Amino acid sequence: MRDILKTNVSRRAVLGAGVAGASLLAMPAVLRAQDKSLKVGVYGGYFKDSFDKNIFADFTKETGIAVESVAEPTGEAWLVQLEQAAKAGQAPADVSMMSQVAMLKGQSTELWAPLDVAKIPNASNLIDHFVNKYPDGRIAGIGAVAWYITLVTNTDVYKEAPTSWNALWDPANADKLGLLALVSNSFLLEVTAKTHFGGTNALDTEDGLLKAFEKLAEVKPNVRLWYRDEAQFEQSLKSGEIPMGQYYHDVTGLAAADGQPVRSTFPKEGGIMDSGCWALSRASAKVEEAHTFINYMSQPKIQALLSRKVGTAPTVKRDLLDLTAEEFAAVSSDIEPIIPRYDLYQTKSDWLNQKWTEMIAG
Amino acid sequence: MRREPPQKLTDYSPLVFPAGMLIVFFVVPFATMIAVSFFKRNPSGFYTPDFVFDNYARFLSLFFGKVLGFSLMLAIAVAICCVVLAVPFTYLLSRARRRTQVLWLVALLSILSLSEVIIGFAWSTLFSRTAGITNLFVMLGIMDQPVALNPSFGAVLTAMTYQALPYTVLVLYPALVRLDPTLTEAARTLGASPVRSFFTVVVPALRNTIVATLIMVFIFALGCYLLPQILGRPQHWTLSVLITDQAIYQSNMPFAAAMAVFLVLVTLGLVGLTIYAGRKGEAA
Repeated sequence: MRDILKTNVSRRAVLGAGVAGASLLAMPAVLRAQDKSLKVGVYGGYFKDSFDKNIFADFTKETGIAVESVAEPTGEAWLVQLEQAAKAGQAPADVSMMSQVAMLKGQSTELWAPLDVAKIPNASNLIDHFVNKYPDGRIAGIGAVAWYITLVTNTDVYKEAPTSWNALWDPANADKLGLLALVSNSFLLEVTAKTHFGGTNALDTEDGLLKAFEKLAEVKPNVRLWYRDEAQFEQSLKSGEIPMGQYYHDVTGLAAADGQPVRSTFPKEGGIMDSGCWALSRASAKVEEAHTFINYMSQPKIQALLSRKVGTAPTVKRDLLDLTAEEFAAVSSDIEPIIPRYDLYQTKSDWLNQKWTEMIAG
Repeated sequence: MRREPPQKLTDYSPLVFPAGMLIVFFVVPFATMIAVSFFKRNPSGFYTPDFVFDNYARFLSLFFGKVLGFSLMLAIAVAICCVVLAVPFTYLLSRARRRTQVLWLVALLSILSLSEVIIGFAWSTLFSRTAGITNLFVMLGIMDQPVALNPSFGAVLTAMTYQALPYTVLVLYPALVRLDPTLTEAARTLGASPVRSFFTVVVPALRNTIVATLIMVFIFALGCYLLPQILGRPQHWTLSVLITDQAIYQSNMPFAAAMAVFLVLVTLGLVGLTIYAGRKGEAA
C-alpha cells in the first residue's frame, strides 16, 4: 500500500514538474494568448499544416495575436456547423476560409459579419473579384487564396500537351478521362460554355444551361472515372491508367516536380479559377483581431509566400508581387481564367444538381 | 430455473438497459431522421422545421426509381453470390480439422479489419490495366494484352461480395457445425453421392439459416456507398451514393433523410415479404 502511495506521489511530482516546465517554456505564448488570440479555420491536412508552419507563427510574432488553427472539412459541412453554432451564439472559428458558394449561402442568413475596409488597408491590393460583397455593398469576405483546376495529362501517354478544353470532346480520347463528379466542384458547365458557347454568360438562362448540359453529355463516352476522391484520380493519372482529366494545378505541379509523368496545361480558354475567402462569423467577439489577421494575409509578400510554400495562386494584383515569371507560372497563368458562376450554385443548386446527376448517371 | 412469464413490473427490469440503449442510439436518431425528412429545404443553405412532402415528391421520379431498382438488384446479387459461395465453403470448413478451421476463421476475421476504402482501392489496382491481374494472364499467355476490368458492374459486385463474405461465413458457421452429421451419414448409407447428399440433406436442413443469411447480407450490401463510387460507372451508383451526395455535398438534409427513410421502408417491406413467403412455404 505504501509502495502504491509512493509511486502515486512521485508520479504526481513528475507530472507537476512536467507541466511547470512546459508552461515555463510556453510562457510568452500563454501570456500573449491570454490577451489576444484568434481561432482560424482552414482546410485540414496539407493546407492546415502549411499554414501552421509557414504563416501563422510569423503572424503571431509580428502582431502578438496567438492563432489557434482549426481543421475544417471541405464541402459545405463547415458552413452548416458555423451556422448552427452562430444560432447558439458560438463560433467554432472566428475567421474561416470559405468557398465562394459557401460565402453566398452564408450571406443569405447574414452569417458573415460585415468587414470594415478602413481597418484592412491592404484590401486595396486585391484583384476586384476577390472581394466578396453582400448585395447592398457591405463586405462579407476577402480573398484568401485562389487555385486553378486545369487540363492534366500523363506525359507518357500524351507526348504533346493538349491546348484546348476541346480535348475532352475528342473521340480519340474515348474512355480516357477522369472528371470531378459534382456539378458544384467540377465547374464543367462553365468550361462547356466558354469552349463552345462563347463565355459563361451563355449560362444566364435555363435554356442556355440545358444547351450546355446537352453539349457536356457528349463527353460521357470519354469519361472513365467521375471522381469525388482526389487521391483516386491522382493515382490513376500518375500510372497512366486514366491519362487525361481535370485536376488541381498546384498538386499536379508538385507531383511533376517529384518526377511523376504528369503535366498541367492551361488551355487556351483558360483554367478554372476557384478561390477561398476569409470570412468572420457574426458570433465571433474577436472583430479587431480578425481585421488585423485579414489585413496581414492580404499583403503582397504574404501572398507571394503562400504561392511559393503552399502553391496557391495569389489574390493580389500581379504587379505588386515579387514573384519571378517562373514562380508565377507555377501557380497561375496570364491567360484569362474561367471564373465559375457561383451565383447559379446558390440560386439553382437543386435544379442543377438534379440535371447533372441525371446526365452522368442516366 | 423459473419458466413462467414475467408477473410483476420488476420482472422486466433486466430489459431496461438494452431498451434504453436501443432508444438512445436507434429510436431517437431514426425519429430525428423521419422528422427532418418533412422539413422544408431552403435552397440557399439550410432547412427550416416544417411539415411538407416536397422531399418525398422529388424522390418519386423515374430516375430515382431506376436508381432504387438498381440498388436493390445489386444487393440481392451480392447476397446470392455470398450465400452460393459461403454455404459449400462453410460446410467443408465445418468438416475440416480443428486447426484448419481456426486458420481459416482467423483469415476471414482479418478481412473484417479492412476498411471499405482499402478494399476499394485494392480491387481497383487489381482490376487496373497497368498493374492488374490481366498482366498476369498476359504473362501466362491466356490474353494478348492487359485490359482494365474496372469501372464495371462486375468489379463492384466482386468487391462487395468480398467485403460481405466473412460475415456470411461467420453467420453460417455455427449452424453448420451444429448440423447433425448422422443426417448425411444416413444419406450416404442409402447410396447418395456426397454432392447429392449436400443438396438434398444439408441445404434443406439449413433452409431457415440460409434465408436469414440472405437477408442479412442484402441489408449489409444495401448500405454500401464507397465501392460503387470507386469501382463503378455513374450508372452503378447506388441510392446510398446519392444520399451521401445530398447530405454532404449539397447540404440538403431533408431530401437525404427522405431518401434514407424510403430506402429503409422498402428494405423492411422486402424483408417482411421474404419472411411471409417463407412461412407460407413452410405451411404448404
